[in-house]
Amino acid sequence: MKGQRFVREVMESKQRILRISFVVGAIFFLLLLRLWHLQILNADDYRSMSENNRLRFVPVAASRGAIMDRTGKVLVSNRPSFSLAVVPQEVKEKDSLLDHLARLLGLDRAELEDRWKKAMGRAKYYPIVLASNISRDQVEIIEENRLRLPGVDIEMKPVREYSSKTLAAHLLGYIGEVSEDEMNKKGLDEYNPGDYIGKNGIERSWEHELHGKDGGRQLEVDARGRVLRTITESYPTVGNSVVLTIDAALQQQAEKAFGDQAGAAVVMNVNTGEVLAFVSYPTFDPALFSGKLPADVWKSYLDDKRHPLENKALTGQYPPGSTFKIITALAGLEEGKLTENSTVNCTGSYKLGSSTFKCWNKRGHGTTNLKKALRESCDVFFYQLGEQLGVDQIAKTAKKFMLGAPMGIGLANEKPGMIPTAEWKLKRFGKRWYHGETLPVAIGQGYVLMTPIQLVSMIATVANEGTVYRPFLVKRIVDSEGKTLKEFKPEVMGRTGIAPANFRLVKQGLFSVVNDPGGTGGVARLTDVLVAGKTGTSQVVKMRDSKRSTPYQYRDHALFVAFAPYDKPEIAVAVVVEHGEHGGSAAGPIVRRVLQAYFDSKKPVSKPVGSSTAPEEDDSQSEDQPPVNNQAAPVDGPND
Amino acid sequence: MIDRRLLTNIDWMLVGLVVIISLLGILNIYSATAPYKIIATPYYIKQIYWLLAGMLIAFAVCTVDYHILEDFSYGLYGILVVLLVVVLVVGRRSMGATRWLNLGVVNIQPSELMKIVIIITFARFFNNFQSVGGLTVKDVLFPLGILAVPTLLIMKQPDLGTAILVILIAVSMTIYRGVRWSTVLTFSLVTIPMAWLGWSHFLRPYQKNRILDFLNPERSRLGSGYHIIQSKIAVGSGGFLGKGFVKGTQSQLRFLPEQHTDFAFSVFAEEWGFVGCLVLIILYLSLVLWGLNIARRCNDRFGALLAIGVTAMLFWHIVINMGMVIGMFPVVGVPMPFFSYGGTSMITSMVGIGILQNISMRRFMF
Repeated sequence: MKGQRFVREVMESKQRILRISFVVGAIFFLLLLRLWHLQILNADDYRSMSENNRLRFVPVAASRGAIMDRTGKVLVSNRPSFSLAVVPQEVKEKDSLLDHLARLLGLDRAELEDRWKKAMGRAKYYPIVLASNISRDQVEIIEENRLRLPGVDIEMKPVREYSSKTLAAHLLGYIGEVSEDEMNKKGLDEYNPGDYIGKNGIERSWEHELHGKDGGRQLEVDARGRVLRTITESYPTVGNSVVLTIDAALQQQAEKAFGDQAGAAVVMNVNTGEVLAFVSYPTFDPALFSGKLPADVWKSYLDDKRHPLENKALTGQYPPGSTFKIITALAGLEEGKLTENSTVNCTGSYKLGSSTFKCWNKRGHGTTNLKKALRESCDVFFYQLGEQLGVDQIAKTAKKFMLGAPMGIGLANEKPGMIPTAEWKLKRFGKRWYHGETLPVAIGQGYVLMTPIQLVSMIATVANEGTVYRPFLVKRIVDSEGKTLKEFKPEVMGRTGIAPANFRLVKQGLFSVVNDPGGTGGVARLTDVLVAGKTGTSQVVKMRDSKRSTPYQYRDHALFVAFAPYDKPEIAVAVVVEHGEHGGSAAGPIVRRVLQAYFDSKKPVSKPVGSSTAPEEDDSQSEDQPPVNNQAAPVDGPND
Repeated sequence: MIDRRLLTNIDWMLVGLVVIISLLGILNIYSATAPYKIIATPYYIKQIYWLLAGMLIAFAVCTVDYHILEDFSYGLYGILVVLLVVVLVVGRRSMGATRWLNLGVVNIQPSELMKIVIIITFARFFNNFQSVGGLTVKDVLFPLGILAVPTLLIMKQPDLGTAILVILIAVSMTIYRGVRWSTVLTFSLVTIPMAWLGWSHFLRPYQKNRILDFLNPERSRLGSGYHIIQSKIAVGSGGFLGKGFVKGTQSQLRFLPEQHTDFAFSVFAEEWGFVGCLVLIILYLSLVLWGLNIARRCNDRFGALLAIGVTAMLFWHIVINMGMVIGMFPVVGVPMPFFSYGGTSMITSMVGIGILQNISMRRFMF
């Protein structure tokens, strides 16, 4: 009985084991199917995944090209900067490491923590920069403690160095980490977060030359990001250097000349369009913008009424004031509304309908011809001329000078200025042009706006009698060895087609402004070079109460445009002193100093000491002098 | 002590399979640890020592008739449970879990030994269980208690992999013994709320994460799901013929976690491809089927139960490890018998093999 049961049980057991064997076989078959799925069906996908896995590309930033002035003086270059970085994957005890670092280097513990947290989303083999721009002493401390600081590394990268500090800061611009918006733009897809890009000025517009080509290392890494070996390495290509048309020495003089005033100055070669100085004053320290801008500095920039961060030469749009009379005069001559001898009797004001338009000189200028009108900047003369011309004829001449549109100097955000026409007003305001609105336009007020670039271009075109050159800032592009890659030639934007005789009439007036008694621009006179120019004062607000207590931001702008030498013009200067009140007194000395510096530098190097009668002390004195020039004028000017 | 006659009955098939798999394992460990820092005794050399030690132990296990185990079973069980409690109190901390017990000369892992002891204990229980037919719910309550005590202690360590193994061994033996369908149904109904309870009270966050990662590996590409993804990439990129010995990029560049232990198969699959895997699977399948064959040939119930238990232990190790490596199961720390580096696993498996050998060579003499 027992034996029988046992035999049955054994039989059952054997059968059960057989069934179990089938189940086991089936399960192994499933594993095999899964392997088939992975290793045969999807092998290619996984193979490519495995290849991506082991290869890491670590970009090596190219050293940025330098920026030089026309003489080859380096204005912007690179210097090594050290930063403290850690590779997160190699750090065991984050908190104690940060404590340790903060203590060793005297850094802010909270900031280290903050930087660490911000970088957490990235691959763990990627070093996190915990402190940039650390000192050599700090570098040494880290080196000494290297063994106790696993995962800590010193990174060296080039940073921008501005050898002349704040010189031409607006023109040069600065660089900063590329923003998301910028990366989304076309053509910038090569940039990675953290890369530097020119934010404005030359750094921005010549980014493609300056940036160079980033190199990189193809690394084999393990899952912890440890570098096993370098597979390939492509060295970064140093960016090309930009040689500016700017003369640093002239730029420096121009900037100095502003003193504590605010404004812009542009100096241009009248026969080429090369910009020799490009000043927006006050300037700022561009080096501060590449790193973290100290809050107090930032605040001081923002609080400064003179707006140091604004590029006034590029984006400042000012009513040209009396400097615009050059255009009105040329329009009158061209349209036959005016001859050399036409006269107007200025009584100190001009009536049109029910309105009265005042001349700046309440006592009036008396009988005034073109030359006198320019010299003494008689408003009534131009009111009457303007009335005869109408706004559209003034605009027609202005357009011949390419005004009312950006000149294309090659910097981002250049402003167009404004040359009003009747049609423009109708479109803009839906109202017809009133006759009375032409009168302020004739003297460069009202709707008219010009940038310092346009001002200099206008006076240069007068000087060369009709050729509008495109102002340009970059002379050539050179590679890192100094070989010229590109040379920029002067470009003629257009010709005014205005009769040379008419130009000459206006130029005589401009000569008179600087050199004749009663001229408003006598301050700009030089002893050995003949200067011609025009002053301007542009209203910021219409009515002013008392002369003494006008707040800074409501004071008039002072303008001065000039060229020299008179008979064979080489350079043109335009100066705007914001809220400087009078063109002659505020802007004149700056013009003079710039011209002086320019012609001094052209003299033979072996010039005897004291041959120049305009040393710097003289200039600073003249800045405080009253505007109207009553000094004896040189006698070699043209006769009228 | 050992009968000379027995030597002629040595199961060479069993020995052969184990030695071949172990040698493949050592070869694989050599490759898997090639990118590691050089240490005094390389892992593959150590593994050779473990293999030799394991074979000695297996031989030692063969010398004593396995029937003696029946008498010791409950005693062993009692000692092991005490050790599991001790290990929780004083055990050495290792890998975030308390598994080891320092006995002066050697560190032992009571949870590993529990795999063997549960086999013996269950074999003893079912051998003496008198009722015929499938087990009822009432019948399984006692073995369930025997199982629950050590399992909960192991989970508490926490060592999910071993706990699952112990459960699977016990369940396999129970199913072999025969269970009624009604019992299966009842337990299914009870298990679901139990699972919920376990999820909310017993599983550690990392264990929950592993399960969640398994269900959705993309959940954390660099977290614990990383292991599964990297392992799948390794296996898949091996393709049909593999990348070649010591040429697997995933392993040589150390994208794999614990690649000489739990993920050793991943290294093998990458370097030897589908063909290599097929060979290894056939070897393992042969081992398991041979184990079942030993159980089938055994003419006493205790021996058959022991053989089933040991085979189940090997089988589940293989399946869970392989399933984990190829992304079918969650990542649980279960090594591949004879293939993964590690003394503990080798000794446990070899004790099992010793028991199988013991049963196999005594099959003619009951």
